[in-house]
Amino acid sequence: MIQFDNVSKRYSTGQEALNGLSLELGAAEMAFLIGHSGAGKSTLLKLVMLMERPTHGQLLVNGKNLNRLHKSQIPYYRRNIGVVFQNHQLLFDRSVFDNVALPLLVSGYQPRELGRRVRAALDKVGLLDKEKLNPIALSGGEQQRLGIARAVVHKPRILLADEPTGNLDPELSAETMDLFRQFCAVGVTVLIATHDVDLISQMGVRRLQLQEGKLVQDGVPEYAA
Amino acid sequence: MQHNSQGSSRSSHSSRPKKAAKEPRRGASDGRAAFFDKFISYFQNHQRLFFSTLRRLLAEPVQTLMTSLVVAIALGLPAALYVGVVNLQQLGSRVETTAQMTVFLKKEASQQAIDQFRKNLASDQDFATVEYISRQQALEEFRVLSSFGDVLEMLDENPLPAVFIVQPVVRFQQDLSASEKLVDKLKKMTLVDDVQLDMKWMQRLQAMLVVGERLAFSLGLALALGVLLIVGNTIRLAIENRRDEIVVVKLVGGTNAYVRRPFLYTGVWYGLIGGVLAWALVVLGLQWISGPISHLAELYQSFFQLQGLGFSGLAALIGIGAALGFVGAWLAVARHLSKIEPK
Repeated sequence: MIQFDNVSKRYSTGQEALNGLSLELGAAEMAFLIGHSGAGKSTLLKLVMLMERPTHGQLLVNGKNLNRLHKSQIPYYRRNIGVVFQNHQLLFDRSVFDNVALPLLVSGYQPRELGRRVRAALDKVGLLDKEKLNPIALSGGEQQRLGIARAVVHKPRILLADEPTGNLDPELSAETMDLFRQFCAVGVTVLIATHDVDLISQMGVRRLQLQEGKLVQDGVPEYAA
Repeated sequence: MQHNSQGSSRSSHSSRPKKAAKEPRRGASDGRAAFFDKFISYFQNHQRLFFSTLRRLLAEPVQTLMTSLVVAIALGLPAALYVGVVNLQQLGSRVETTAQMTVFLKKEASQQAIDQFRKNLASDQDFATVEYISRQQALEEFRVLSSFGDVLEMLDENPLPAVFIVQPVVRFQQDLSASEKLVDKLKKMTLVDDVQLDMKWMQRLQAMLVVGERLAFSLGLALALGVLLIVGNTIRLAIENRRDEIVVVKLVGGTNAYVRRPFLYTGVWYGLIGGVLAWALVVLGLQWISGPISHLAELYQSFFQLQGLGFSGLAALIGIGAALGFVGAWLAVARHLSKIEPK
């Protein structure tokens, strides 16, 4: 589903974020992206989101070479991807419902279908009774779940998350990870950047460790490793 | 802003068996918005934006009023000048129908000869009316109207000639060359010293009106540029204020057109409101000067009536305002929106 082929990314500042990276993530597969800050985790996610373009190498998503994707095609490409941000990127000038509805609105859903899907997504993350609230009234954990609801409401094939448990306590973090697993179980490819190694060590999920823009470790860790 | 939908699906994913099974009746389309739905929602998007952008503007009435007023003044000034020119043209055309000739008689002409000349003129088919002002009358009139009465007292003799004021019939009135031939005919008569055609100042007025028209047009052009800048700057600020929202919309797959649209509508609204206000300003201004004008007209014994903008004027102001608002917003959006990308 996601295939990096000798991808390098050098920013205009001269910083070498990724350096000849190759990896492959299959459909309905889940993986964690770990490494110190500056190892290239965020850059990798940005390349998949087409927020950045690779300097060298090829990146294939769902069989499509992203290098050949024209700028005007980017919005349509992004509609197949859901993203969860550490800072949630919620809009506080509208209700919980309207926040989740945004991805459907931009791609042209009718109100009836839209309402049904938004409520299904909110139900999934346990926020159905709060749809009319402003997101500012939600707790940190609830805001994070709202961000997840928005990321999955349009049923993307790929779900990306950048430090989704960054601000959460261990219990909420575990719940959040469990949610991601559920999405993976219904066929979504899930890639999560995190530094919370303790949390994921017990999950038996593939780990991709980055260091200075290179993949240094790839595999499912043994239990209690 | 209420976001709605737009655009056509470029989604290459047409089916996902796992999910499709969970969604009866949505089958192969995998629940992604169907083409027809998108078509409908495109128009619903426009319809909703039309009102939601207005609501957003009305939620900040002071800011909206200030921008709209600046637009209104920029539109209203050339409109007022234009109304002035139109009214002078109207005045001109009215004067044209009274275009008259002043025939000065030789001072040595005898009263008998003058009486005969008067009869001849009155029976001439070329003249509609003939008015006689004797030397004595002319002197009296001069004494009353000017402050040089005392000077005249000092003269031995009345320096003023007797005068006929003749009004040619209608066919001469629009035709300057025919009028001039008539003048020549009068000049050849023995009693006549000189003839003045009062259409000369008409020509001057017409020339001035052409200048006025040009002036209104060029002022209009300059101020139209001003409207573009005002609306553009206001939209630029609106874009800055909604940076977060734009970033999120772009992240979830909103096209540039989708992001652009509410700002274009906002620009159009500024122009529309500004156009209506400009119309109101001109109407109020005309109302204000219509009293003195009709008084002035009375003094000239004229039935002159001030011409307003009318509904075609309102329509034109609204149309021009909306078009300028749209272009101004477009310029701002083209310059600033592309710079906002998710980072």
